[in-house]
Amino acid sequence: MTEAVKTPAQMAVSDEVAISIQNMNKWFGSFHVLRDIDLTVNRGERIVICGPSGSGKSTLIRCINALEEHQKGSIEVDGTLLSSDLKNIDKIRSEVGMCFQHFNLFPHLTILENCTLAPIWVRKTPKKEAVETAMHFLEKVKIPDQADKYPGQLSGGQQQRVAIARSLCMRPRIMLFDEPTSALDPEMIKEVLDTMIELAEEGMTMLCVTHEMGFARQVANRVIFMDQGQIVEQNEPEEFFNNPQSPRTQLFLSQILGH
Amino acid sequence: MSDTHAESIPFVRETTLPQAAPPTAERGVYKWGRENLFATPANALLTLVSIYVIYVVLSAILPWVLNGVWNAGSLSECREILAGTRGGCFAVLVDRWEQLFFGFKYPSDQLWRPTLTLVLFFFAVAPVLFFDLPRKLLAFTAVFPFLAYWLIWGGPILVPIVALVGVGAGYVVYSRLVAQSFAGGFFGGIAAAAVVWFLGGYLVDATTGPSSLLDAVPSRDLGGYMLNFMLGVTCVSLSVPIGIALALGRQSSMPLIKWLSVIFIEFIRGVPLITLLFVASVMLAYFFPPNSTVDLFLRVVIMITMFSSAYIAEVIRGGLAALPKGQYEAADSLGLDYAQSMRLIILPQALKISIPGIVNIAVGLFKDTTLVSVISMFDLVGMIRGPILASTDWNGVYWELLGFAALLFFVVCYGISQYSQWLERRLATDHR
Repeated sequence: MTEAVKTPAQMAVSDEVAISIQNMNKWFGSFHVLRDIDLTVNRGERIVICGPSGSGKSTLIRCINALEEHQKGSIEVDGTLLSSDLKNIDKIRSEVGMCFQHFNLFPHLTILENCTLAPIWVRKTPKKEAVETAMHFLEKVKIPDQADKYPGQLSGGQQQRVAIARSLCMRPRIMLFDEPTSALDPEMIKEVLDTMIELAEEGMTMLCVTHEMGFARQVANRVIFMDQGQIVEQNEPEEFFNNPQSPRTQLFLSQILGH
Repeated sequence: MSDTHAESIPFVRETTLPQAAPPTAERGVYKWGRENLFATPANALLTLVSIYVIYVVLSAILPWVLNGVWNAGSLSECREILAGTRGGCFAVLVDRWEQLFFGFKYPSDQLWRPTLTLVLFFFAVAPVLFFDLPRKLLAFTAVFPFLAYWLIWGGPILVPIVALVGVGAGYVVYSRLVAQSFAGGFFGGIAAAAVVWFLGGYLVDATTGPSSLLDAVPSRDLGGYMLNFMLGVTCVSLSVPIGIALALGRQSSMPLIKWLSVIFIEFIRGVPLITLLFVASVMLAYFFPPNSTVDLFLRVVIMITMFSSAYIAEVIRGGLAALPKGQYEAADSLGLDYAQSMRLIILPQALKISIPGIVNIAVGLFKDTTLVSVISMFDLVGMIRGPILASTDWNGVYWELLGFAALLFFVVCYGISQYSQWLERRLATDHR
């Protein structure tokens, strides 16, 4: 676990607030999915969110870039208050990168086109520059040689790394990961996690829903445990794993670490 | 070959066997015939029965075609030449080819105009169908509708020029304003085009003189296969964009747009096309301002377009529904706005899925253009049923004429079908 990588505490976290969620509530119809969520994320923080399925962890991070609408409370991203104003939402979305469980690459475009599309159309970057940026990030995720292929020709791990590169091409200040390794084979999980660790070391602000506890120990500087739409416990990873306080957390950890 | 390890259970291969040719029974024609024609006794029996049926059909049709008469002035003359033997009277096609293709009123000395239009049509449509061709050719495609209108209907050249300038002005205004808001660009563009057309109308009225380059041909003089082709091409190319708009409208989160689309689609789909055509020929005039005569051709185009766009909308809605929700979310999460995500991400994929359905409707629509014969427009079928079969010379030549009509439609429809299959293969990037 503790190779040559810096421990989470050593990686710089600034005092600047990146995301501020206050008293946020969300309902799906009459079902209360998120209840009174309060969460402040500083720039450079790396947060892992875990919890049983249906606990609202995906919904929480999807609220941050307005893929889901919240009904009560406030979410502020980079100082911009998330409202129903479309211009506001598009602005926040272009600052916040997101990776999905099922990659959601665009199958009708090549890898390179997947990466250059948003910079060209949203940021109005000249095509040549967008291609250069895309190749830079594809090299970073170690698949520049696949640039002219289509997503369907790549393995799952490669597709997820392209998805990360596609988000990075927008030069986001915050990255959201929604179970990025849950749909992958064990061998591919490692290549995706390596990419994410590299990103964390560069100081990217990250919120990651995942059950990769090794990743949490190595990279996170805060682990959040959610159950029934509430934040049940949050702590530094060492404390969280070695000395969980709430009985619900203890039960969850014993179940996922006990095999 | 090494047998060192042949007797022991642990096994290590030490030599690689060379590739060998398959046995004779497993190659070539012999294999194909055995597998496809005579695999089982029942299969063999079916093969023999099929061969017999093909023989019976061909032995009836081939002599009729090969023994056909191509030069005669009337059906009775044909019968004299045939002298009791079996044979088709194809002379009617030679005698009346002009009417079959162009109708019976289009001026005979002007037939080069629709013919030239058809040739130009292929140039105009090529860059749309084959997107590997240089994109600059699309400029001609944009001008073609106006050119085609002028060539076929003739009259003062100012009319299509004013129309073209109006569309151009609308496009310029639209592209200026669309960066701020789509609705502003859309309505601004329409307003600009309307202003140009309004002013242009006065200009056309002021300059109308007898000296137009091409003689004017009124719509009621159009006919024959040309009419079917014109209706088919116009209605398909109008109903695809309208169908896309209706499909998106039906998915819209704005209740007014959504319900307007739903009501339009459900109403049009619930009404037979013939009814709509009768409305076009008889009743639609009530909806236009008094004294304004809207051309019958235009009225029919409006009705057929409305009809087929409702069907195309439903096919495209199926394509939209087939896309995983993740595609919408990925487009949203990158900060693309609605128009961008639809144009760049959603529609290219949804339309690709919808190709078979859209082509199905386009083929059906093309054949349905023959229904205009019931509102006394002389399309191909109208010509055959009316002027040709009613004439004393050719009364009774059903098989040859209707067979020829079927052949003409088959050629075009089969071409469309083949194109769509090529397109599907060309667009396949999912590597399933």
